[in-house]
Amino acid sequence: MAIDWKKYDPGECYDELISTPGYARAPTRNLAAWLRSLSDEDLQLRKLDAELAIIDKGVTFTVYSEGENIDRAWPYDIIPRVIPLREWRKTEAGLKQRLQALNLFIDDLYHDQKIIRDKVVPKSLISESKGFREECIGITPAYKVWAHICGSDLVRDNDGTIYVLEDNLRVPSGVSYMIENREVTKRVLPELFENNTILPVDDYPDRLQEMLQSISPSRRARPEIVVLTPGIYNSAYFEHAFLARSMSAELVEGSDLMVDKDDYVYMKTIQGMARVDVIYRRIDDQFLDPEVFNPDSALGVPGLMRAWRKGNVALANAPGCGVADDKVVYSYVPDIIRYYLDADPLLPNVPTYRCHNKKECKHVLANLEKMVVKPANESGGYGMLVGPQSTAKERNEFKRLIRSNPRNYIGQPALKLSTAPTLCDHNVEPRHLDLRPFILQGKETFVTAGGLTRVAMRQGSLVVNSSQGGGSKDTWIVDNEKN
Amino acid sequence: MLSRVARRIYWMARYVERAENTARLVNTYHFLLLDLPRGTRVGWEVLPVITGSYPTFTERYTRHDERNTVKFLLADSTNPGSIFNSIASARENTRTSREVLPGQAWEQINELHLYAKAHLNDALPRRGRFDFLTEIIQRSQQLTGLLAGTMSHDEAYDFVRIGRNLERADMTTRVIDIGAMSLKDSDESSSLDVHVWTSMLRALNAYQMYRKDVQLGVHCADVVGFLMQNSRFPRSVSHCLDQVEECIGELPKHTDTLKPIRETRRRVDRIKPEKLDAVSLHDVVDKLQVGISSIHEQIRKTWFD
Repeated sequence: MAIDWKKYDPGECYDELISTPGYARAPTRNLAAWLRSLSDEDLQLRKLDAELAIIDKGVTFTVYSEGENIDRAWPYDIIPRVIPLREWRKTEAGLKQRLQALNLFIDDLYHDQKIIRDKVVPKSLISESKGFREECIGITPAYKVWAHICGSDLVRDNDGTIYVLEDNLRVPSGVSYMIENREVTKRVLPELFENNTILPVDDYPDRLQEMLQSISPSRRARPEIVVLTPGIYNSAYFEHAFLARSMSAELVEGSDLMVDKDDYVYMKTIQGMARVDVIYRRIDDQFLDPEVFNPDSALGVPGLMRAWRKGNVALANAPGCGVADDKVVYSYVPDIIRYYLDADPLLPNVPTYRCHNKKECKHVLANLEKMVVKPANESGGYGMLVGPQSTAKERNEFKRLIRSNPRNYIGQPALKLSTAPTLCDHNVEPRHLDLRPFILQGKETFVTAGGLTRVAMRQGSLVVNSSQGGGSKDTWIVDNEKN
Repeated sequence: MLSRVARRIYWMARYVERAENTARLVNTYHFLLLDLPRGTRVGWEVLPVITGSYPTFTERYTRHDERNTVKFLLADSTNPGSIFNSIASARENTRTSREVLPGQAWEQINELHLYAKAHLNDALPRRGRFDFLTEIIQRSQQLTGLLAGTMSHDEAYDFVRIGRNLERADMTTRVIDIGAMSLKDSDESSSLDVHVWTSMLRALNAYQMYRKDVQLGVHCADVVGFLMQNSRFPRSVSHCLDQVEECIGELPKHTDTLKPIRETRRRVDRIKPEKLDAVSLHDVVDKLQVGISSIHEQIRKTWFD
């Protein structure tokens, strides 16, 4: 018994691979036909191969459970998700446009705040933002870029439109898994790469390194770049080590660094103190520098903000860029693009109701069972309400929460997220997914070829976060004009 | 290379070596006591004394019998040098420097830790002790072999070798000290000394190599000479110090650290085993241990702080 695509029914959702039962979308035909040619046994064997490859390579993520940290094998589904190149080029352009506009926006907020004076966005956006840092006012990072690394979450609705769901500008993670997923696919489904033109994804570490070099304040031919991690207990530690290794940069913890009297940053090596030019920091703003932010932070480096403000070290992402990583700011991104770039947004936002606006709040409260409600400042899928799957009790709790702090909530109509065939216990079944591409901006702007596809492994579920049982897929940008 | 990473790797190697050495010491001592007549001179409390943990031991236990000593050396959570704590510390240091160690090293140390955790209680009664200790010894050696065979012999590996060899040199001097203590109590050179020194050789896996090298019987002076000065036996003090010196020569900023090594090494060369009695042997050991700890201090100051 092999896969029978005629029995695969995505229902009313848009399926990335199968348009209607029995019919694969054009760029997917090779893949669907090849999958059909495998016996059930063969399919299960490949699945097992993939699981073993992941254990072998030590691809893990860390979850906190009952006060303990557990390394879990990275969840991966062997059936890739396919996006045609032509569609991707448009998405790519939209993502670049978005990040460029967001960086101009952040830079404006820390300088003249023209966008507020011109009344395009309300002043409350800053005064009530958790991510705005007064310590950053007046600073001009290289190329006026604050958010150098951005992970934007894209979803596709049932009419096929791709929407931006959110922009992660603080310390977005997942890119190492994008690269590892491709490695695993190459190992377990090598035949597929012969008959398809699939864009490679493994140039990311080089591009990241180029970008980090481009923002170095020193003129040294080989600027010293380090990756700053909170340490082994962080859920993304695997990725920190992966990126450091693939860029041949040191993976440092706060205690490895010090700011000397000359306000330069040094790391402690067996050779002695070595000056650091660029820090790709994977710790949050409030832990960066105990002299300025959280004084109890043992993760950060005392004096780091001083060194950064003097332009002696580059921080990626820059402190304070989280001001634009906020779900209320998100709702203004189309206006922000028009304001700074004088162009229409190439990628649409999901329609968003801001609860601080009375009328919009009323709409959210009246339609809770059709909405997804999110707190403005949380990530990882925590603290949100998925209306269609909620109980009356949960909805009442959210009504109370929204009324007590409307600025902190936004509502969006629950989209019918697209699906893709996913190998579940024994059958191939449709599962909802999203896509997180990574965008780099320094001297140049770069977008990954595809990104990390995350899958909600439970039937009907819309929650794709790996911390909450989500899985992942390799993502193929396929040039079907060459196929 | 980051100082933190160097420090962790150094300690990882020391703790693995310490777990192995302590396991062998307890094992040998156990068999030695079986050979000695009842109520003889040396008791179990010698082991906490020579591992430098006697104060903690007496604080914790009033009865210094076999049961308590073995528990203290194998499993006691208050003894930082217990086998279990050594393995746990080695594991923690490996966990935090995984990016420079071969992936398998982490897996093996993790398995060693799980094994020790699961079987600690079997090892407390005499019956299960041998199997447990043998397993600890083998698994530690496996790890040492894995690092030698799969890790680039770069600076990181230099710190592995430095840690391992300093710990070895330290343990060898401590084992010789047990011999010195038992000499001290004896009125005349008795046949029991042969048992004691044979056991000490066994505790360092040195018996066979000693016989090959010395060919005569087991005598105090020959054993001390072999364990101190035989530069080809990998657990002799002089061999371990040579290894440390070689590795340190590869590292940057090594001048200050070579000094205490060479001093200690010269002290070893100057030993005249045949002229030592119990008191002067203990004194020599004492000075060597001071030398070894001054080497450690200098390493810490130069590369870790």
